[in-house]
Amino acid sequence: MKVLLSKPGLDGHDVGVKVLAYGLIDAGFEVVYTGLRKSIEEIVSMAIENKVDTIGLSILSGTHLVLAERMKEVMTENNLDIPWFVGGNVPAQDVEKLEAIGANKAFATSTKVAEVVAYFNEIKVKV
Amino acid sequence: MSEVKTKITAEDLGVKKVYLESGIEVDPIYTADDVEDSSIKHEMPGEYPFTRGIHSTMYRKRPFTIRQYAGFASPEETNERFQFLIANGQSGLNVAFDLPTQCGLDSDDPRALGEVGRVGMTVDTLDDFEIAFKNIDLDKITVSMTINGTAIIAIAMYIAMAEKAGYDISSLRGTAQNDILKEFIGRGTWIFPVDKSVKLVVDTIEYCAKHVPKYSPVSVCGYHIRESGANPIQEMAYAFCIAKAYTDGALSRGIDIDDFASRLSFNFDIYGNLFEQIAKFRGGRRLWAKIIREDYGAKNDKSCWLRMIAGGGGGGLTKEQPENNIVRSAYYALISALSGTQTMALCSYDEAYTIPTEHSAEISLRTMQIMIHEMGICDTVDPLGGSYYVESLTDTFEKKIKEEMLTVDKWGGIVNAVATGKIQESVSKQAYEREMGMQTGKVDKVGVNIFTREEENKEVEFHPYNQEAADNQVEKLKRIKASRDNDKVQACLAAVKSGAENDENLMPSIIAAVKEYATVGEIVQAMKDVYGEFEEPIFF
Repeated sequence: MKVLLSKPGLDGHDVGVKVLAYGLIDAGFEVVYTGLRKSIEEIVSMAIENKVDTIGLSILSGTHLVLAERMKEVMTENNLDIPWFVGGNVPAQDVEKLEAIGANKAFATSTKVAEVVAYFNEIKVKV
Repeated sequence: MSEVKTKITAEDLGVKKVYLESGIEVDPIYTADDVEDSSIKHEMPGEYPFTRGIHSTMYRKRPFTIRQYAGFASPEETNERFQFLIANGQSGLNVAFDLPTQCGLDSDDPRALGEVGRVGMTVDTLDDFEIAFKNIDLDKITVSMTINGTAIIAIAMYIAMAEKAGYDISSLRGTAQNDILKEFIGRGTWIFPVDKSVKLVVDTIEYCAKHVPKYSPVSVCGYHIRESGANPIQEMAYAFCIAKAYTDGALSRGIDIDDFASRLSFNFDIYGNLFEQIAKFRGGRRLWAKIIREDYGAKNDKSCWLRMIAGGGGGGLTKEQPENNIVRSAYYALISALSGTQTMALCSYDEAYTIPTEHSAEISLRTMQIMIHEMGICDTVDPLGGSYYVESLTDTFEKKIKEEMLTVDKWGGIVNAVATGKIQESVSKQAYEREMGMQTGKVDKVGVNIFTREEENKEVEFHPYNQEAADNQVEKLKRIKASRDNDKVQACLAAVKSGAENDENLMPSIIAAVKEYATVGEIVQAMKDVYGEFEEPIFF
């Protein structure tokens, strides 16, 4: 399974997303990383270009709800129907909100790498 | 004294081997033999190479400065805070900027959506500086600006504002972080390619050395490099390589080493093993002094000083059992003081998951005050000097940092190592290994993987986004763009562009542009037209 990990918005905190990238690679996933400060449009077009199976958004600045709304719009505009998820600094109370917007899953702050890997192994069967 | 030097190893005593995070093996017992060859026996605090501290009297004369970090969303709030501080007898303030300002985007840029004023003060034009510093006597306050990618513009605005208000800029004080090389490793607010980014830093150094000599234009940060996954040896080595890159740039502009080096300061991180951090600072301080004197030929002792702010790092704090962070921060403060820091700052214990309350910020302040006033930390200079273990480890650190700097040389120097992503790749791999070590229990972390208890659900909190303030900022920007002399602005932006094309120092043309209320975004775009943008190396 091919995963696009992305950094939308202006937030430069990338330790977490890189740690997850290594974790997923070690667990046998193929990872494509966007690098910092990408617009949602750029992220979605990278996803299409690279034919990935899922997209992860890493957001630590608090703009996750705004960016998730935009993600939903751009995915629809591009007729892209693959699961996407949100991680970073996400308050537990926003997990449901993000999932209601359209994220397949949102990982609250302090989620362990093993839990994320387990989630991917689970959706891998379905994709 | 024994004829043959003895080293007492873990095997001798039948105990387990112990390694520091930096990979250095720690012996179970240290003796006089371990410091037999150390230069420390002949060293005094305040004397070259300053292992024991940069001043002979250190905290006996004056304790370290306490400077906590804080951000205020608007220029108006910043101004209120300044007025309050001055009324209460304080003389310094850190200014944090929002991400659009740090990344060179105006408030009305679509990419600034949801970010205007979120993590600090918004700046579009000189007008914002003029509001923030209204009725403030710049001779009475020192302003420290945490900005990097657009530091040259922020410094230009500070100088332009002071000039317009009638100050003699040759006596203007203040500091800017302005360490772009570490932004490529951690923190991420780079804009231009690495070599052009360094050129802009050197422009500020050259301009300040000639016109604003009391201003400190650069604070080199090991802090963010360590938070990104570097071990303590790498933290110091990479910071020194970065400082050398700026120094080389300054010298190439004909600035004397003694006119520049004494204005350079450092920002370092503290978490992890207590003795390892202390040795890192003592060994690092000795090495830096030697680099400046032996490699650069500085004559003035002051040039050789490693002046630093060393504070408790967020990297050591946990969301689990957060009150434990109060204890951790007290140890970090102790490490900082035992290492002879000039300035100290601590994170609040609840910072990992929420907005620090006034109460938690007060605990950080009291932690440092208790140490100064109750623990006798200021009584004697370099109280650990002469400890067999600390001195032996200090010597080892000096050697290891030097070796790590040679590794960077082998990668083609710091600019190349950063441009190709070599350093980013190695520190992020280490961050992964460290995180997995903690998650699998290989690295002990109290409350996280040992001595855990059922956690109550602590909600992660953010400051609510102030959409109204953001809208007001955009409106104001519109008004300013309509009322300024746009022909002059265009001429100034063209001058910035031609300055960039002709490799001139851009400070004068940027100062002229900001005086005509050219925006941060417009000036950055003029430079981007010539320099292009940094392409982040991806190593997955």
